[in-house]
Amino acid sequence: MTATISTTSVTPTRRRRRSARLSPLLVAFVLVPFAVESIWVFWPALQGFWFSLTRWDGMTPPTFVGTDNYVELAGDATFRGALVNTVIWLVLFGGLSVLGGFGMALVLQKERRGVGFYRAALFTPVVFSLVVTALVWRVFYQPDGIADTLLRAVGLESLIRPWLADPQTALYAVILPALWRQIGYVMVLFLAGLKAIDPALHEAARMDGANSWQRLRHVTIPQLKGVNAVVLSVIVIDSLRSFDIVWSLTKGGPYHSSELLSTYMYSTAFQSLRLGYASAIAVVIFVLALAVILGYLVRAFREEA
Amino acid sequence: MNKLRTGAFHTGMILLSLLWLGPVLWVVVMSTRSFDDIAAHGVGSLPRSFTLDTYRQAWTDGGELRALINSMIVTIPSVALSLGLAAMAAFALSRFRIPGRRTILLLMLAGNLLPPQILLIPVAKFSELTGLYDTIWALIAVQVGFGLGFYTFVLHGFMRDLPGEIQEAATIDGAGTAQIFTRVMLPLTRPALAALGALSFTWIFNDLLWAITVLRTDDNMPVTPALLALQGQFVSSWNVIAAGTVIAAVPTVAVFLRFQRHFVSGLAIGAVK
Repeated sequence: MTATISTTSVTPTRRRRRSARLSPLLVAFVLVPFAVESIWVFWPALQGFWFSLTRWDGMTPPTFVGTDNYVELAGDATFRGALVNTVIWLVLFGGLSVLGGFGMALVLQKERRGVGFYRAALFTPVVFSLVVTALVWRVFYQPDGIADTLLRAVGLESLIRPWLADPQTALYAVILPALWRQIGYVMVLFLAGLKAIDPALHEAARMDGANSWQRLRHVTIPQLKGVNAVVLSVIVIDSLRSFDIVWSLTKGGPYHSSELLSTYMYSTAFQSLRLGYASAIAVVIFVLALAVILGYLVRAFREEA
Repeated sequence: MNKLRTGAFHTGMILLSLLWLGPVLWVVVMSTRSFDDIAAHGVGSLPRSFTLDTYRQAWTDGGELRALINSMIVTIPSVALSLGLAAMAAFALSRFRIPGRRTILLLMLAGNLLPPQILLIPVAKFSELTGLYDTIWALIAVQVGFGLGFYTFVLHGFMRDLPGEIQEAATIDGAGTAQIFTRVMLPLTRPALAALGALSFTWIFNDLLWAITVLRTDDNMPVTPALLALQGQFVSSWNVIAAGTVIAAVPTVAVFLRFQRHFVSGLAIGAVK
């Protein structure tokens, strides 16, 4: 790391002078962005916690009800279903996109003919919005759409069903497009990480007679520790935030079968107008994300030290 | 043996690429089919017609033109403002001994890591209170506020690693803080700004959740929620919906192709740190 004025190369006397000379301009440089974020993020977040302790329809002022909303959540079958779906989402969407992204990064890490094209192909969906992704896949799932045509072509007509309208398949039919879009993104993260590994390490391992599996297990994966932590945080945070793709494809239906906490929170707030109850769901999402957020911040903190 | 392996690699990867590009190409082709063709043969069949009228319908009747304009009115100022503010904060926090600078930086980053769900209701209510609800100003403000933390964190990391001598030399030459910022630091930070610019453009342009939280009128909606509305309006006109989808995807694809290198390096910024 390069030494900068502010960290290492400052003598004590100059340091004192510098802090004494904190110009109003510099203070504004920090305070203006901080104020903007405070108004639109920090203050609303605090309000969100407070609203979760109230009953509120958005018209009349909120009334304080203590932990009533949380007690109600515990007995709410839809909430429990959404929680289970969110966990399934986390495991399948998160797990498979890491496996797929890592696998693709390993296969495509070496520069050779065609690799640029394959990488670009896998990466293309990342630039689409999830609504665009959803519409692309809606065509796929449509009755007599591509999925059905393909199944007919291989003689599996019996499997054909209304993929998005069948409570048995809706959740998985939504995960698939989300994965399709995420794998390319995770691949790029791992490709960057793989590129940063010193080739000498692999060379040394090969000299010592390690086969490719051993090199993957004992060189590549340990060397990727930093990337793994970032990818893990990104995946968990992304999973808990997932909303667009479900909202565009099923709105959480049919019969809440593809409901996630994020979609249940949104419909409770803006369709049922139960703002206090929806805030409690939002707090649950926050609590689920908390461990990962803290882990990410601790890492960032160490880096800044 | 080696040849066999290369062959297997390319066969596998071509099939996989097809799986990724196929659905996209299918939608592009479908957007040029006529309504009668799709009605008679279904969305799963190969095209037997060609028309570009679908684009006209999506563009004018479907309101995609207005939606695209709305998207641009939101996205461009949001990107410029959030990167500008983030660069200011990152500059002050990385190059000067501001008391509590590490706490401020991490607090700002923490704000960006919050699940947006916790903010939706208060933000909607706050924009009602300030009269910004259902205006694009509310959307711009919340996009700037929510994105700032992450951009500041990334730009801070970048500016911190720039050599200090440059700033010292400028100070000796009599440059003030503002001049150092605009004439010295911003030009040096250009690669990071370009990467974040390309990324944040697609993030803000592709957003759905914030738009449907602070906007209500169809006329004010950017292209992502408008695409959902288009689907309701042209229920079974799959060709028009496909055309609308293509129109909504073109701007981000264009930005990606133009700033490809920056875009990918932007995504990777977090990964190698």
